[in-house]
Amino acid sequence: MNVKSALTFLMMFAAPAWSQGFAGLGEDAEGFAIPQPEPSFSFPQDHGAHPDYRIEWWYLTANLTGDDGAEYGVQWTLFRSALRPDTAPAVWDGAQIFMGHAGLTTADTHFSAERFGRGSTGQAGVSAQPFAAWIDDWQMTSTATGAQDALSALDLRARGDAFSYDLALSATGPLVFHGQAGYSVKSADGQASYYYSQPFYEVEGVLSLPQGGVSVSGSAWLDREWSSQPLSPDQTGWDWVSLQFDSGDRLMGFALRSETGPVFTSATWIDPEGISTSYPDGALTLSPLETSQVAGREVPTRWRIELPARGLIIETTALNPNSWMETSFEYWEGPIRATGSHTGRGYLEMTGYD
Amino acid sequence: MLLSAQDVNKSFSTSEGDVVVLNDASLSLDRGQTLALTGESGSGKSTFLHLIAGLDRPSSGKISLNGQDLSQAKDRDLARMRREEIGLIFQQFNLIPSLTLAQNLAFQARLAGKQDEAWLDHLADTLGLSDLLGRYPEQLSGGQQQRVAIGRALAAKPGLILADEPTGNLDEENAQRVMELLLALVADSGAALLLVTHSTDLAKRLSRRLHLSHGRLAA
Amino acid sequence: MTSAALSALLGHWRKHPGQALALILGLAMATALWSGVQAINSEARASYDRAANVMGQNQIARLASHDGQPIALADFVTLRRAGYLVSPVIEGRIGNGPSAFRVVGIDPLTAPLEALPTPITDGRIAFGDLATSDGLLLMSPETATRVTTEGLPQIREIDEIANGIAITDIATAAELLGQENPSYLLVRSDQPQGLPPITDQSLLRYLEPELTSDISRLTDSFHLNLTAFGLLAFVVGLFIVHATIGLAFEQRRATFRTLRAIGLPLNRLVALLAGEMILVALLAGGMGIIIGYLIAAALLPSVAGSLRGLYGAQVSGELAFDPVWALSAMAIALLGAGFASAQALNRVRLMPILAPAQPRAWAMASARAQTIQTGLALVLFGLSAGLAIFGSSLITGFACLAALLIGAALALPVVGGAVLSGLGHLARSAMAQWALADTRQQLPGLSLALMALLLALAANIGVSTMVGSFRATFTGWLDQRLAAELYVNARNETEAALVLGFLEDHADAVLPYASADTRLGGLPAEIYGYSNNDIYRDNWPFLDALPNAWESVESGEAVLINEQLARRQGFSLGDELRLSAGWSLPISGIYSDYGNPSGQAIIGLDSFKARYPDVPILRFAVRVEGDSATALAAALSEATGLPPENAINQVEVKQLSLRIFEQTFLVTGALNVLTLGVAGFAMLTSMLTLTSMRLMQLAPVWALGQTRATLAWFELARIIGLAFFTFVLALPTGLGLAWILLSIVNVEAFGWKLPMLVFPMEWLRLLGLAVLAALISAAWPALRLSRTPPNSLLKLFTNER
Repeated sequence: MNVKSALTFLMMFAAPAWSQGFAGLGEDAEGFAIPQPEPSFSFPQDHGAHPDYRIEWWYLTANLTGDDGAEYGVQWTLFRSALRPDTAPAVWDGAQIFMGHAGLTTADTHFSAERFGRGSTGQAGVSAQPFAAWIDDWQMTSTATGAQDALSALDLRARGDAFSYDLALSATGPLVFHGQAGYSVKSADGQASYYYSQPFYEVEGVLSLPQGGVSVSGSAWLDREWSSQPLSPDQTGWDWVSLQFDSGDRLMGFALRSETGPVFTSATWIDPEGISTSYPDGALTLSPLETSQVAGREVPTRWRIELPARGLIIETTALNPNSWMETSFEYWEGPIRATGSHTGRGYLEMTGYD
Repeated sequence: MLLSAQDVNKSFSTSEGDVVVLNDASLSLDRGQTLALTGESGSGKSTFLHLIAGLDRPSSGKISLNGQDLSQAKDRDLARMRREEIGLIFQQFNLIPSLTLAQNLAFQARLAGKQDEAWLDHLADTLGLSDLLGRYPEQLSGGQQQRVAIGRALAAKPGLILADEPTGNLDEENAQRVMELLLALVADSGAALLLVTHSTDLAKRLSRRLHLSHGRLAA
Repeated sequence: MTSAALSALLGHWRKHPGQALALILGLAMATALWSGVQAINSEARASYDRAANVMGQNQIARLASHDGQPIALADFVTLRRAGYLVSPVIEGRIGNGPSAFRVVGIDPLTAPLEALPTPITDGRIAFGDLATSDGLLLMSPETATRVTTEGLPQIREIDEIANGIAITDIATAAELLGQENPSYLLVRSDQPQGLPPITDQSLLRYLEPELTSDISRLTDSFHLNLTAFGLLAFVVGLFIVHATIGLAFEQRRATFRTLRAIGLPLNRLVALLAGEMILVALLAGGMGIIIGYLIAAALLPSVAGSLRGLYGAQVSGELAFDPVWALSAMAIALLGAGFASAQALNRVRLMPILAPAQPRAWAMASARAQTIQTGLALVLFGLSAGLAIFGSSLITGFACLAALLIGAALALPVVGGAVLSGLGHLARSAMAQWALADTRQQLPGLSLALMALLLALAANIGVSTMVGSFRATFTGWLDQRLAAELYVNARNETEAALVLGFLEDHADAVLPYASADTRLGGLPAEIYGYSNNDIYRDNWPFLDALPNAWESVESGEAVLINEQLARRQGFSLGDELRLSAGWSLPISGIYSDYGNPSGQAIIGLDSFKARYPDVPILRFAVRVEGDSATALAAALSEATGLPPENAINQVEVKQLSLRIFEQTFLVTGALNVLTLGVAGFAMLTSMLTLTSMRLMQLAPVWALGQTRATLAWFELARIIGLAFFTFVLALPTGLGLAWILLSIVNVEAFGWKLPMLVFPMEWLRLLGLAVLAALISAAWPALRLSRTPPNSLLKLFTNER
């Protein structure tokens, strides 16, 4: 019995997943709040949790280089899922369930770890002021001082069976809002989420691997997103990429794949000052170039990404094609390198490949 | 009169109906007399003997032994009479398998309470059994067994000896010897002897003879 | 030809339906008892497996509070936030009496895989279902039928869940039990890298997996007991079959002779006879399965109750029909029939065609066989003694038992023959002499039945002696151990203070005590802190103690240990017991502790408090006038809010314990009676078996001048004498059995030894039963004998064989 798949029951929804999009994210919003266009955010409150929305995450990816010259990728994610739209206090019975994913990729190995916890006991949670997100001993804690945005300085830690990391992040740029001022549309039907990022982190820290510790430095990208029904029921998964080019520009792009209809893409181009431009469906194209056999599946690990409006034609290759997250719902997540019209590093995430 | 049988009838019921074995049979016998009862196989001679011994009851008729009417007697009395007044010798299975020769010899006498050591010794001697006293019946030959049977029958000094084909299972030589001994000892003790046999030669050696045919007695 | 032969062979059974009945019934009963016991055992084993599988409790270490009270939720969160993978469980009891069940609330988000029940791991049940606001109770169908509590969450029936347990989400359990704090934490075996070992933390007590008792190990002896009984019954039943087959063979000898003489091939004859046996076995096996099932179904609730009470094992009280079991029962029937008929079939094979019938030869054993049997008996007695002295496991204990029993059974005919022969020399009258000589000759034919009777009687004596000793000792021991009238258990320190305050004013004496789990001598054990008092000094059930044992314990200078600990580690008075690193105390007393599977040590309460400062003192033994105990408990509840079930009257505890023991021995009692019945039946069939041969022995005596009635009385007397003789042999055998059970088997199984007491009234009762069984078995044959028509007897004397 696959130990990880054995925990699939933890998908909060009793019925089979495929009819509700990937990981059930296409399930009906039932009583939860739905993102509206023209949002206005206030921080630091909105850095915290939004329990009236069904699903939310704090998603950090980092491209690092060790003092040994090797390349590393690190992922830290905290997911929040609400069983029901109530916020009544409780000890065991609370509505908020948290799931943590941590990943560490080297050229030859990919580590992943997963944790679950109830918000109501305090085993996991997010507080907005002071900002802290945690599950067990995994933490994303703000070390910002004074009037700085809470997310501009972070302490990041996680631990798995065979690895751990401890990183300090500091942002060199502002928050970036995707879609229309943070209202990010995901399909032609209009499913949307609130989505902003902090793509400007510089990172210093230590990785702990079976072969020993490594001091690392590099850059990182944090995604913040929440909604109640982000996918339409026919959408099977997505390919998401974040890139930090050597030119100082940054790109966020995703393509949502559908059973019935065409791929829905979206992109945000961010210039070195932090000015962002959103591109609607069709402006960005992602084309798979080469697949690899990963965890018994065919997964594209080399892509061509084009954004003609910016003159972007690049090819991305994965640091480690076997960057498979062996968690209760499985996906590919790992560091990539871009070559072509722009060069740089970033992270790729691919879901829904079975 | 020691023994008197009058108009004795005996029939057995079988699956084919009643079979009449004895038909108004009568005889009488006194002390010191010897009587041979002859007839073919199945003619009912043994049956008559059994009735006289009190081992079975007649269908009708009267048998009296020593003045006692057997047909009126209870089982207990019949048994007592057999013990004390009759000596039985059968063709086979006379002896008690679990007792020694000596014990077998003395058994009836002891049962009847008339044990006489001297008489027993004499019997053992006469019958040529003195060396075999410790043996068990299964260790004895047919002839030896019959000799023990004779001794046992006489040990209690009964008035009547009933013998049913005692030499039937023996060879010629043994048969002769056994008969000699029997007749001698009977004469010695003064008892009456009723001998059932199908051998006319044997019958001739006794003083009287009766023939049973189709259930009827004739001289 | 075959069909003619077959009808000739089968005609025998038509003519002697009693024999056919004996054959089939004998085998059926043997199969029934054996398979009945098997059914009980395998049902129990299945229950243990379910319990072990589903909860996985055996393989998972735990963290618990030092005093067994719930853990603070904050402690759980602290450990998680330090990175340790621990998972909370909230556990408690719902309902009362037979409808009570245990609720186990797990946290599927953090629980180790082994702790999750199958329906969750294979996806049949989603977390969303479990965690719905009303919750879901997962329980076995049997538990579901027992539940009577109102207002429970929805129940989902799952076969794999052990009986008496409802598994649910921890939130549901918290709500149902009114308990927010976890009862304990499960600890995953591999923790993440880079953390200090979880055993280093001192917040909670770390319990190794073995501390949660291994049910199947504990219950082994119980099941071995049952199996031994089943085996005994089966063997006895086989005796019946063997006897009957032997008789049928003898009586059909003439038929065999005739069939072969007219040309039936030997192989065909043997095949037909074998086929006959197979048919009988199938028929008897089928009956045996049905009867066995009924017996098991009738006994199972008692067995389940005993196991639950004695070991906390959850055994289903309902018997599932298992086709594999039925097949194995049939196989046993076939095997048994084959075994019992092998000798007869072999004789048919070797018999010369024209061999005359020799019924006496069959009935009489040769001198050589007697010698072999004697030798074998002596060897077995020696083996039994050897195993008693040198054996050291449960299996050798039972083997010692078996050797004793079989040795006694083999010795019976030999001893019997010697006794009869001796008596024969003393006999005065002709009839007495004859009766003894004749019995001696009859003995081999009856010996199988008498052996069966011997075994049944010895088993009866042995087990009833053991049970009686148990009951007498246990009652006395309980009185000593539970010397106080009331036992109070507070739920937390605040309540404890209230309770103590109240009791000090209202009771004669309040004796606090506490305990902690630890390891002594490398094995899991408990350590208790007792405050001293006269009741302990005067009543404590010491097996061995130094003078002033309790005083030295109170002053912290010595320790008391229980019998189990002393036995297992080989401790004696004065030895030093290492209680923890750097702390040893000399042993000043060893006490009996029946019913406890683990080791136990007692130190003074002050020493305990010094060594285990974190353990709150929540338990009190209360002395008060006997009849005011209930009133005091009620007043205490009233005044302090202590739940009524936390103040237990000593009388209740004793009643409960005794009830459990009674229930256990109910089962063995039932099996005892059944086995005796089988033995009685064996005797009856043997008597009937020999009846036709008796005629040959009796006819000469009848002819010489005894009534049939007199001979019939002699038959009865003979049998009663034999039964009496068998009883006389069974008595020392049974007492030896009891001794082995108490001193070896029980010690191996439980670790404590009960003194052996004797109950002569019980022996008299059993003697009466044995004689009664003999009378019943001989009555009908004797009656038939007294009514035998003279014709049947007379036929023997003429040339009709």
